[in-house]
Amino acid sequence: MIDTFAIRMQRFARRVLRRPRVDLPLIGALIVLGGVGLATLYSAGGGNMGLVVGQAARFGLGGLLILVISRIPPPVLRSWTPWLYVGSTCLLMVVAVLGEGRGAYRWLDLGVMRFQPSELLKLTMPMMVAWYLHPRQLPPSWKDIVVVGMLIAIPAALIAEQPDLGTALLVVAAGAFALFLSGMAWWRIGVLVGAVGAVIPVAWHFLHEYQRNRVRTLLDPESDPLGNGWHIIQSQIAVGSGGVFGKGWQQGTQSRLEFLPEHTTDFIFAVFSEEFGLVGVIGIVLLYAFIIGRCLWIAMNARDTYSRLLAGAIAMSFFVYVFVNGGMVAGMLPVVGVPMPLVSYGGTSAVSLLTGFGVLMSIHANQKTHS
Amino acid sequence: MKLGRTAFKESRGEADLFRRRAFAGFFLILIGLVALVGRYVVLQVQRHDEFALRSQQNSIKPRPIPPARGLIYDRNGVLLADNVPAFRLEATPDQVPDMDKMLATIGSVVPLSDEDIETFRKQVKQGRRFDGVPLKLKMTEDEIARFAINQWRFPGVEIVPYLTRRYPLGAHMAHVVGYVSRIDADDVARLDPTRYKGTTHVGRIGIERSYEDLLHGTPGYELVEVNADGRVQQVLETHAPTPGKNLYLSIDVRLQKAAEDAFNGRLGAAVAIDPRNGQVLAFVSVPSFDPNLFVNGISGQDYHSLMTSEDKPLYNRALRGVYPPGSTVKPFVALAGLEYGVRRPGDTVLSTGEFCIPGQSRCYRDDKQGGDGTVNMVRAIELSTNTYFYRLALDLGIDRFSTFLRKFSFGEKTGIDLVGEVPGVLPSREWKATRSKAGWYPGETIISGIGQGYWAVTALQLAHATATVAGKGVPYTPHLLMRTQDGVDAQPLDVPWSSSGPSVITKTANWDVINQGMTAVINGVGTGKGLGIGFPYVIAGKSGTAERFSRTTNAYDTRKSTAYLATRHRALFIAFTPAEDPKIAVAVILEAGAWGAKDSGPIARKLLDQWVVDEGGERPAPPASSALPPPAPAVPPPTQEPADPSELAPADAASTEDTP
Repeated sequence: MIDTFAIRMQRFARRVLRRPRVDLPLIGALIVLGGVGLATLYSAGGGNMGLVVGQAARFGLGGLLILVISRIPPPVLRSWTPWLYVGSTCLLMVVAVLGEGRGAYRWLDLGVMRFQPSELLKLTMPMMVAWYLHPRQLPPSWKDIVVVGMLIAIPAALIAEQPDLGTALLVVAAGAFALFLSGMAWWRIGVLVGAVGAVIPVAWHFLHEYQRNRVRTLLDPESDPLGNGWHIIQSQIAVGSGGVFGKGWQQGTQSRLEFLPEHTTDFIFAVFSEEFGLVGVIGIVLLYAFIIGRCLWIAMNARDTYSRLLAGAIAMSFFVYVFVNGGMVAGMLPVVGVPMPLVSYGGTSAVSLLTGFGVLMSIHANQKTHS
Repeated sequence: MKLGRTAFKESRGEADLFRRRAFAGFFLILIGLVALVGRYVVLQVQRHDEFALRSQQNSIKPRPIPPARGLIYDRNGVLLADNVPAFRLEATPDQVPDMDKMLATIGSVVPLSDEDIETFRKQVKQGRRFDGVPLKLKMTEDEIARFAINQWRFPGVEIVPYLTRRYPLGAHMAHVVGYVSRIDADDVARLDPTRYKGTTHVGRIGIERSYEDLLHGTPGYELVEVNADGRVQQVLETHAPTPGKNLYLSIDVRLQKAAEDAFNGRLGAAVAIDPRNGQVLAFVSVPSFDPNLFVNGISGQDYHSLMTSEDKPLYNRALRGVYPPGSTVKPFVALAGLEYGVRRPGDTVLSTGEFCIPGQSRCYRDDKQGGDGTVNMVRAIELSTNTYFYRLALDLGIDRFSTFLRKFSFGEKTGIDLVGEVPGVLPSREWKATRSKAGWYPGETIISGIGQGYWAVTALQLAHATATVAGKGVPYTPHLLMRTQDGVDAQPLDVPWSSSGPSVITKTANWDVINQGMTAVINGVGTGKGLGIGFPYVIAGKSGTAERFSRTTNAYDTRKSTAYLATRHRALFIAFTPAEDPKIAVAVILEAGAWGAKDSGPIARKLLDQWVVDEGGERPAPPASSALPPPAPAVPPPTQEPADPSELAPADAASTEDTP
């Protein structure tokens, strides 16, 4: 019994490695991006190889996940979806209960490793919305929109409560993009956006004081040059002083002299911009645009509604990462904890992103032409 | 199936719809990315000159100033933990030209152990190349002087002053105050990075851990001007940190030391509590250890010897050691009988030396062959008559038994302000259900009545329960923190603590009966006879002797040698005084004592003697040793082990009581 299982696993592993079902242009772009990320991390970490090796190991793990997940056919993923969604939402509740009265609490300690259940939702959320819309008549009716709204709101509220506004934003975006791609009528989108706009003043009331401060500081960073404003001012100095061609790799003074906080994680893009300048920024933005475009192309060629919506939502939420982090670093958006994908140091985010690409590869491998 | 067909039907239309949406979405994304790049163009082209200048002139940055940690005092202001200046040797990897050569040669100036170097190398790998990494903490004056002369040989290595924690009383208070140690990787994930900027140490155990929030304080910062290499040129502005609060513990160091001395090196624990408010007056676990060893990183050798010592000095016996309570639970069981109306004080039981469950052949023994005759409740507590409590436990039933005793925090944490407390075990149906599928047996109720079977209590729980009875049934969560103080000049503020629940005793008359029984233990012909001689107040108490091993034969063991018995028994003693208006309650547990009253009793008495002195009285004359109860034969509990329960019972859970 065990033998057959081992043999089967062996065969599976051999198949995975010999004929990986991946989209080569996409994988190539991801490898380039990862390389740029590691190089920037080496510089931002002050030449700390430990940091780079750790991150590279996570990329390796993520790559393995891509290979394995790409072998799972989308219909199987679809049949798992409700369980994955309910399971990850339950974990969020566990964290909420454990974290009662302990300030910011996001981690679940499994003994061997700790992880943030909210990371899971970045993937299970678009899966769930796609699962729900898959058998329905599209474009979705108001009823479907309300149901999807509930599916999004419950976990998002739990995450926002942690409080982790950045992740909540990404989870909401992933769900909303699936809805958008399902063909929700433009006028309905307009009504919804209007309604959300009307709710913002109310939501402001529910934000934590530190979150409000971050927004206030964005509007006037000089008002608090040592607290929240420090991040924004120093980050902009880093970006602006980089100029068109940058100061050169490992030559950025802002992070090196510790003017720039969080320079390996959320603000690593400031280090990148300082050292590689506008040329580097445009280059990497083009790379991101290529990745998003390629993902959308895979989505368009997918075999069914579920795969299409899921692939499309993953692609578009990738944009949110880039836009929110890039905007934050450039002082255009408030400071929220959204990493620059595959560049920022941090395990959970890199692994969960690459898992998403694994799903994309699976959808790519099972597109119309194959069936 | 039906849905599937619908989806299939619409699939072409849906695919087109999706295609249109995907294009629209990508278009919007491109707009977003262009906007983003636009912002970078503004910063990097249009405003480049401005930012380039600011970057060049960016020479002022804030530097955190860690707060001074709050001091810890005992209730009378005796210093238990303070901060003293010290010097450490630090190397900045970026500025050391040849790391290996430096490490190889520096040992001749400042002796470094292989361990120091290994730790250093590890930290260098994890840290940033321009951050200082400590090579050696707490340098001696000699080392400082020698390095100062040779400093020119070691660029990038310097002496850095810092404040280090010191525990002047060392081992005396280690199990209460605990210690701080260096922040490690796990701590970094746990602690608020803003509050801990610049802080190197964090409370690890004890008060240092549980009141970390109060002790730590808030960091300040200074604005410093740095040159192009990042070296500080001058301090421009200083915003002082707010030091942590000073804490006054309810512990009385004199009492603590007296209790510790009374143990005379024998392993065990003692806890004294003020029944009027739950303040812990003494909290002793023997043996102890020197907490100062841990502050600046304990050497491998010291750590190894602490960890491998058979006496386990790091083990907090008062907080985490669990022992069968033996007969010390009898007053609490008696109270349960009164409160539930199962016994009136005058109800008597005939003790013949053996108690058998009606209708069964299983029998449980008294301590004395032939029994104590007819006893009422007061007499049963005084003589520690097993039969009385076997029957009482059986009449109460296990559910009422455990419900009542849980009110004393048996089987759950007392909630003391120390980290790591264990709940112990209160025998109950629910507890057994978590361990075994077999139901509850009446025999288990019977042996629970004399504090054996599944029972496991900590010295703290026993002291808390004693204090609760002494305080006429009003429970107070035991606590160590008494006052807090903002800075040395401020007025210390009392920390308010209120009772943690309604009184356990509903009628004063019930309290009188228990009090009478426990007073008779010391002042009548009871097990503790003679312990009260020469003491200015009336002491009420109860002894307990728990066997560490279950009996294997039916024969009465006649070996009486104290040394032999000490290897088999745990000796317990609880007491409070003055009996009419209790002001202090104590519990003493000796891990290896022959008899509760004879071995643990005197420890309790010495502690109470010191308390009299602390209260302003004269030191009472110690009771003559001849007045103490003579050792008596160990008497086995059940003649026949109850079959199933004994399998589950821990090996050392059997209990017996010393006889007068």
